[in-house]
Amino acid sequence: MQQFFIQISEWLLPILVCTILISGFIRRVPLYNTFVEGAKSGFATAVKLIPHLVAMMVAVQVFSASGAMGILIHWLTPVLSILHIPPEVAPLGLLRPISGQGSLAMMIQVLKSKGPDSTTGVLASTMQASTDTTLYILTVYFGSVGIQKFRYALTVGLLSDLVAIVASVFAVHVFK
Amino acid sequence: MIDFIWLLLFLVGIGTALLTGKMPAVSSAILTGAEHGVELCFGLISVIVLWMGLMHIAEKAGAITFLSRLMRPVAKKIFPSVPSDHPAMGAILANMSANILGIGNAATPLGLRAMKELQDLNTKKDTASDAMCTLLAVNTASITLIPTTVIAIRMQLHAQHPTSVIGPTLLATFIGTIAALIFDKIFRSWSRRSGRWV
Repeated sequence: MQQFFIQISEWLLPILVCTILISGFIRRVPLYNTFVEGAKSGFATAVKLIPHLVAMMVAVQVFSASGAMGILIHWLTPVLSILHIPPEVAPLGLLRPISGQGSLAMMIQVLKSKGPDSTTGVLASTMQASTDTTLYILTVYFGSVGIQKFRYALTVGLLSDLVAIVASVFAVHVFK
Repeated sequence: MIDFIWLLLFLVGIGTALLTGKMPAVSSAILTGAEHGVELCFGLISVIVLWMGLMHIAEKAGAITFLSRLMRPVAKKIFPSVPSDHPAMGAILANMSANILGIGNAATPLGLRAMKELQDLNTKKDTASDAMCTLLAVNTASITLIPTTVIAIRMQLHAQHPTSVIGPTLLATFIGTIAALIFDKIFRSWSRRSGRWV
């Protein structure tokens, strides 16, 4: 089963590339120049991430190297083992709705210690990808039009983050 | 909020090191953390550059328009308060499509345009309208086709199957989005019934 899904995942990228190129060609998009034009902004996007990731990686590595992460995980183990959630991913789940870069740093920490292909590693990756940073989106979107009363938007955002994170556990088990 | 968490990670970390005697490890973690942050970002350049190039072609080929057309019937259902020929609907659809395709730097401007159009329809200018709450619910949950950044980091860390997260992510974001829409609907009818603008 796992082999089958891995194969689908591995086919998806080449298929997507072909689909994009062929549909661009049919629509008479100048393929090469359009690619280069779009790709230019990719460099800036990656570089812009550096200060954020440095800030968060340092904090997370300090937290982890001091043994604090181990203690936190140790405390969380009894509760989470009931739900079949590996406790290593819990700090990531807690941080996900608040700080995208913070949880990314947590994810990297898990991938390094458990291996990117381990079940825990895949789960950490899925959790990171499964939802967007609710607090950030709310601030930017509402801020742009001067909305001060968010009504129930924050509650809905956080509740669905919780569902997405639990759903990640389920999804990783389905695809195993 | 973010200031508090950042500070907490440092203080708890250094405090714990005082007790566990792992100060040398913490000291080197400060420097290696910074190094890893930069290294990983440089590693991300390859995938992000590739992806943004490809997605620019997809965008020019009309991928957002195509997906918008597919999703129009769904959007009409989840945004009942937005007239289907209003420019807000077009912006909402474009924002949702860009999110699904993972064109992050197109999704945000489109989302902000949708917010501006919705603000025109809004009767109480300092309070979020029903449609705004729904748009944010969809955006924070967001169905993701290809989680580019995560895949790029997995490649960096020498995963044998960097793309093995595509399937689980698609499923998890699908469930998350459905949940977001259900919660949004529940809370909307609660706020209606109680007659107050909570």
